[in-house]
Amino acid sequence: MTSPVELVRAMKEIVGEQHVIHEQNKLHVFSCDGYVARQALPRAVVSPANTEEVAAVVKWLHEHQIPFLPRGAGTGLSGGAIALNNEVVISLARMNQLLSVDFENLRAVVQPGLVNLTLTKQITGDGYYYAPDPSSQSVCTIGGNLAENAGGSHCLKYGVTTNHIVAAKFVLPDGEVIDVGQPYGDAVGYDILGLVVGSEGTLGIATEITVKILKKPQAVQTALAMFDRVEDASNTVSAIIGTGIIPAAIEMMDQLAMQAVDKSNFHVGYPPDIEAVLLIEVDGLAAGVEEDAERVVEICRQNHVRTVKIAESTDERALWWSSRKMAFGATGRISPDYIVQDGVIPRSRLTEVLQRITEISRESGLRIANVFHAGDGNLHPLICYDSRVPGETEKAIRVGSEVLHVCVDVGGTITGEHGVGIEKIEDMRYQFRDEEIEAQIAIRRAFNPNDLCNAGKLIPEPARCVEVKQARRIIEQNVEVFSGFQEQTAVTAPDSTS
Amino acid sequence: MAKAEPELVQMSRHVSAFRWPDAPEEEKFSVCVHCGFCLDVCPTYQELKDENHSPRGRVLLIKEAAEGKLPLDESVIDPVFTCLDCRACETVCPSGVQVGSLIETARGQAHAAYPPVGRAGTVERIFLRGVFPHRSRLRAIGKFIRFYQRSGLRTVVRKTGALSVLPHAAREMEAVIPEIAADMAVDALPERIPARDAKKGTAVLFTGCVMDVFFAHVNEATARVAVRNGLEVLVPREQVCCGALQIHAGDREQARIMAKTNIDVFLATGADYLIINAAGCGAALKEYPDLFRDDPTYGQRARDFSARVRDISELLVEVGFEAPKGHINKTVTYHDACHLCHAQHIRSQPRQLLRAIPDLKLVELPDSERCCGSAGIYNLTHPDMASALLERKMDDIPETADAVVMGNPGCMMQIRLGVHKRQRDLDVLHTVELLDEAYQKEAAEQ
Repeated sequence: MTSPVELVRAMKEIVGEQHVIHEQNKLHVFSCDGYVARQALPRAVVSPANTEEVAAVVKWLHEHQIPFLPRGAGTGLSGGAIALNNEVVISLARMNQLLSVDFENLRAVVQPGLVNLTLTKQITGDGYYYAPDPSSQSVCTIGGNLAENAGGSHCLKYGVTTNHIVAAKFVLPDGEVIDVGQPYGDAVGYDILGLVVGSEGTLGIATEITVKILKKPQAVQTALAMFDRVEDASNTVSAIIGTGIIPAAIEMMDQLAMQAVDKSNFHVGYPPDIEAVLLIEVDGLAAGVEEDAERVVEICRQNHVRTVKIAESTDERALWWSSRKMAFGATGRISPDYIVQDGVIPRSRLTEVLQRITEISRESGLRIANVFHAGDGNLHPLICYDSRVPGETEKAIRVGSEVLHVCVDVGGTITGEHGVGIEKIEDMRYQFRDEEIEAQIAIRRAFNPNDLCNAGKLIPEPARCVEVKQARRIIEQNVEVFSGFQEQTAVTAPDSTS
Repeated sequence: MAKAEPELVQMSRHVSAFRWPDAPEEEKFSVCVHCGFCLDVCPTYQELKDENHSPRGRVLLIKEAAEGKLPLDESVIDPVFTCLDCRACETVCPSGVQVGSLIETARGQAHAAYPPVGRAGTVERIFLRGVFPHRSRLRAIGKFIRFYQRSGLRTVVRKTGALSVLPHAAREMEAVIPEIAADMAVDALPERIPARDAKKGTAVLFTGCVMDVFFAHVNEATARVAVRNGLEVLVPREQVCCGALQIHAGDREQARIMAKTNIDVFLATGADYLIINAAGCGAALKEYPDLFRDDPTYGQRARDFSARVRDISELLVEVGFEAPKGHINKTVTYHDACHLCHAQHIRSQPRQLLRAIPDLKLVELPDSERCCGSAGIYNLTHPDMASALLERKMDDIPETADAVVMGNPGCMMQIRLGVHKRQRDLDVLHTVELLDEAYQKEAAEQ
């Protein structure tokens, strides 16, 4: 057994005195990420400066069998960076350099702690940008984007993170450093990079990432369309895509989401009685964009839009986008706490799923705001709750789960871009059969045999499921004995029978 | 009895660490949803990359201290005092957390729990309580510095190395103290200056402490441009320093005393506006009601007072200003003082004034809303962080600029220091200095 003193001394030797935080009271701020429904204290936070230091830290922890996990900006929405097992948190925030850019071949090599938007800012002067744009792009890191396979508004046309990362230096859970992917061309042999992207920090830590960069489009037009009925907005989305236009983005917000964001610094002034707003962007060569924008406006009109307008200035366009991108945080204006869900559905089922969500909201008594990437059917229901009310956190988690099950039932999935983390780990069972989960666990074991690297995230342990079911059966058969513990069991073992 | 102990232990854990009045309010910290959008705009997080020194981290620490999950010890106090109180986080916060107010009230708790000792204690005793609240002592200090500058004493002191008794940060500042005017504006200006042309309103000129000792000419320029644009200007002699530095240091008790004086003096004049040309003071004056949350009488008076406070650039745009006809053939860049842009949301007005000056070319300062490190007396209490931020600010100032313009005396001192250290040929000016110069030239050209 390694003593805390030994751990701290070893870590300080590798990364330097001032880059190790270990005093209990200074670890509180690392007790959760953007998902606040669960909290746990790490045993230390270590901030390495480069690949060698990350490898040395991991190697030492592996040798001493101490669990660990990587953390970027801590903006993840599924709890991937929460130290459930009292892990050592390896913070990559200091590794925030743009290492090199190759404009001719459209590649950039970055450290994982580089903020997504900072990459774009650093190359924008030359006319280039990095396409995936999660709403948190002004603060989230490319390393975190890789771990979660982050999406974003413009992924409708340009694809998600996995389509933009071509290679990475990767520290395996035993401290060995490997190169995955190919800076140019596609994977040769097994696509290990494809496996690593979206692995939520369970297979190792990326320390140098080669990404594709793109030339900025020649022209951009953005339309804001306000609808009296959700159904009309939804039909508009299908109609636009049906005509063969692939907009850069089609975003939707419902009434409650509009209300929240209009109370923030990013006030647009949506009429209070409209049911849905669409933000539609087309980009590309100047000539085509003009024409596409006109057709988009026309389609909105055919679908009974109340008002539709094209942004007249970059300021106006920026405000519309801020209004959309700040919508999650702005929910704080209308509710003390919220959980953001992240289901995906076939686009054509949008109206029906939204109706179902409205029913779930009514049944549970919890308000649900909806913000989503309508173009690719990626829903973000924001479940409003108050953690100070006993039992409401658990209720919100259950409601989130119910919404995801609706998504799966119509042929969708439980996550589009936020990852599974701890938030949706139980919902994996709803999406996959035990055999499928077993197969994923086998892959994880191949990389992470001792399960030291971010254990308890992404893939549920089937064994635990069996144990929980068995425990439940015993409790049910002995109600009198266990009656005092019932409430507690409901909290720790949610939903496997419901 | 066996059961009583765990309950007591549990209770003690949930007793707030904030045990004094005027504590950070739950309705303010509970607004934070922990999204983290504030991290990357926070200058201290950018430098340290430690979430304890980020807005979201600080709000969490304040919340946990309030809930009794953390004691009011170094783990809370250090981050709360390392904060620049620049409020860049408030600009981006989608949820509307008032981080500035939380930080200031938390500092109030720390101040009550551990009255400052050592260097901070000395600074507070001598300056924050001893000098700034008293105009006669401020005046005496101004006179002394002027004597020091003009008598040859400065040359002697610098040569003999006598300055080495001062801490490094103060020694650096000594080098860039501007030439002190013979009189502070509050003494030099008439108590009532009639408006030129049609009168648009009456305005009290708030002369402040640092501004009036170091930059009395800026106060005088402010009075001239106000009068030029139809405002009758009053300069009540009884006004005192606004108390912003005391609020930043957590000394809310002293700040309240000063605030009461200013509120009484201003309301007695019946003026329409109170003009302020220092961003930090403007923010503090507009936030006086926050100091009197538990005082219904002064709470209402503070609200009446604050509703009439205007930054000079804000007021000129609001009542309408006449574009000057005098030409200034210079290239300038504009630095957004944190307490103008983040705390008072004033961004376009100073630029509007500058753009109205014929021939003046305004070039953009990259990341102009990032703190320069001055932050009140932060550059004296946290010299390392302040100097790192100053270096970044200096790196950003375009090569083509003849002057860097701003609306806050703290920033002016700090950037003067940067110019001095880098030996750059760059003027450091207040927005109204340029506007006033253009009006003066117009008169001369006619």
